[in-house]
Amino acid sequence: MNRINKKLQGDKKLLSIYFTAGYPSLTDTVTIIQNLEKSGVDMIEIGLPFSDPLADGPTIQASSTQALKNGMTTEILFKQLKDIRKTVSIPLIIMGYFNPILQYGVEAFCKKCQEIGIDGLIIPDLPVGVYNDEYKATFETYGLINIFLITPQTSEARIHFIDSISNGFIYMVSSASVTGSQSGFGDPQTAYFERIAAMDLKNPQIIGFGISDNKTFTQATKYAKGAIIGSAFIKHITNNGIEDIPTFARQFNN
Amino acid sequence: MNYNVNEKGYYGEFGGAYIPEMLYPNVEELHQNYLKIMAEPDFKKEFDQLLKDYVGRPSPLYFAKRLSEKYSTKIYLKREDLNHTGAHKINNTIGQILMAKRLGKTRIIAETGAGQHGVATATVCALMGLECIVYMGEIDIARQAPNVARMKMLGTTVVPALSGSRTLKDATNEAIRDWINNPVNTHYIIGSAIGPHPYPDMVTRFQSVISEEIKWQLKEQEGREKPHYVVACIGGGSNAAGTYYHFLHENDVNIIAVEAAGLGVDSGESAATSVLGKEGIIHGCKTLLMQTPDGQITEPYSISAGLDYPGVGPMHAHLAKTGRAEFMSITDADAMKAGLALCKLEGIIPAIESSHALAIFEHKTFKPEDIVVVSLSGRGDKDLETYINYFKL
Ligand SMILES: Cc1ncc(COP(=O)(O)O)c(C=O)c1O
Repeated sequence: MNRINKKLQGDKKLLSIYFTAGYPSLTDTVTIIQNLEKSGVDMIEIGLPFSDPLADGPTIQASSTQALKNGMTTEILFKQLKDIRKTVSIPLIIMGYFNPILQYGVEAFCKKCQEIGIDGLIIPDLPVGVYNDEYKATFETYGLINIFLITPQTSEARIHFIDSISNGFIYMVSSASVTGSQSGFGDPQTAYFERIAAMDLKNPQIIGFGISDNKTFTQATKYAKGAIIGSAFIKHITNNGIEDIPTFARQFNN
Repeated sequence: MNYNVNEKGYYGEFGGAYIPEMLYPNVEELHQNYLKIMAEPDFKKEFDQLLKDYVGRPSPLYFAKRLSEKYSTKIYLKREDLNHTGAHKINNTIGQILMAKRLGKTRIIAETGAGQHGVATATVCALMGLECIVYMGEIDIARQAPNVARMKMLGTTVVPALSGSRTLKDATNEAIRDWINNPVNTHYIIGSAIGPHPYPDMVTRFQSVISEEIKWQLKEQEGREKPHYVVACIGGGSNAAGTYYHFLHENDVNIIAVEAAGLGVDSGESAATSVLGKEGIIHGCKTLLMQTPDGQITEPYSISAGLDYPGVGPMHAHLAKTGRAEFMSITDADAMKAGLALCKLEGIIPAIESSHALAIFEHKTFKPEDIVVVSLSGRGDKDLETYINYFKL
């Protein structure tokens, strides 16, 4: 069974962390992943940096720009992750925009992910319809779970469709926004969280975008299976370096 | 061969809507409604009326006698430079503002490079009394000060794009992020035949008035609707799409697309996408795109801010791939020279973008009886400083 599915089975609320590969330094990738696992994090999204990250706010944009300046490429990331399964056992997901994956070759990319032990992919600008028509079979051949996003504006019918073609979790974008732009969740968000929870979907939901502290984490996981933290973590390593990750992870009561 | 968009939003293998889920409801709303709205009689009436009374259409199709003599062929200039606000961009913004109103949107966003599309958007927002925010790269804000001032006078908020290379590509990213953050009340007026489906098709249809007019204007002057050649410069490709539209399936009309070679196609400082680009995804569509082998989008260069874009609209990628259009690349130096030549020969100061299209006559020989229609997409007022510095006038 895919590590993501296994992880989703228990009662535990999941803490998932996103970071940009190649930031702050090119060679930090493996250390960050190992420190995150040691700190009790349940799942990791490894960001493949892109020059034009449309769905990201200033924090992740800046980390991506820096990672590319540091020399990160798809090839280098795969080299860095080559032996990751010797030391790390939690689910690993690669999150990246579609163009670098398209240039690498979708099938070659999926194959490499399987060799390394990557469990899933999140590709924000690969539309559900295109995935379903052109790439689903390839992802399945290589045992990769593709994670889809929903937002407060996604129609009920479309959520049901996304649920029907998903087989891991649904990535619930907390609000109409790019990454990193919330300071707390108000009534519209909790109404949306409640509405989705009440839909009784086949796939569990994990909430991301704007989760920055224990308060927002607790609010989100009241309704969902887990939460994803990105910008707040990047800010933490920008200010404190990559060794002090347990302090960051400990603030979340997962 | 079909050169129009198919029902899935593709031109051959190019196009589509590669957008994050956050944009899906907006783009889908537009997709479901744009053709229906454009077909409504009162939409058509209002669009045509504004193009006539406000923009000043039809724009003249001018036989450039002295230019024709110089190159021993028959050159006609389609005078989009005489439109209100000085370029073809206004044809599209008039159409999209009427679309936005019918979709019930109250807030308008746009990206701009040279500022021509920004001014055209600011203008129609003033006309309709809608809030307008224009994203513009920090570097372009510095080099296009008069257009920034125009937008401000028209009541628009100009927001500097501080990310990436701080030019057109980054301004487009910021506009898309704004749309993600404001999904309900906002319409994004894209300025070229780029972006996710249905934008390339919608922008092309609004700009197609250019070739619609060329047909009857040429009939009046030459007794035939079809020229031998249609020529236009390509940034994202909106003036070109409009100039070609009604001739796309007329195989005896040759299509010439002119890209900016910058300092030279092989110089590393160029915007000749059809030569340097490879299939990829930019701003929501699959098209030809300048990028690293690793799929990172690279920085183009051209002296003309309006051609300084690393991609090309999907329709043009298809025209390049199928060979329907002949693509030519023109350097900064050749474009500047052709621009100055038009001033001296015809008394018309062209936009540097349009000067690229005019420069082909130095590189390609036409027959004396050939009728060549060139899109003079804009006027050179915005470029005076560049011309003055370049020629030390
Ligand atoms: C006068 C003029 N011509 C051409 C262009 C290029 O745009 P497009 O390729 O969409 O026509 C611009 C863009 O700013 C422009 O201002």
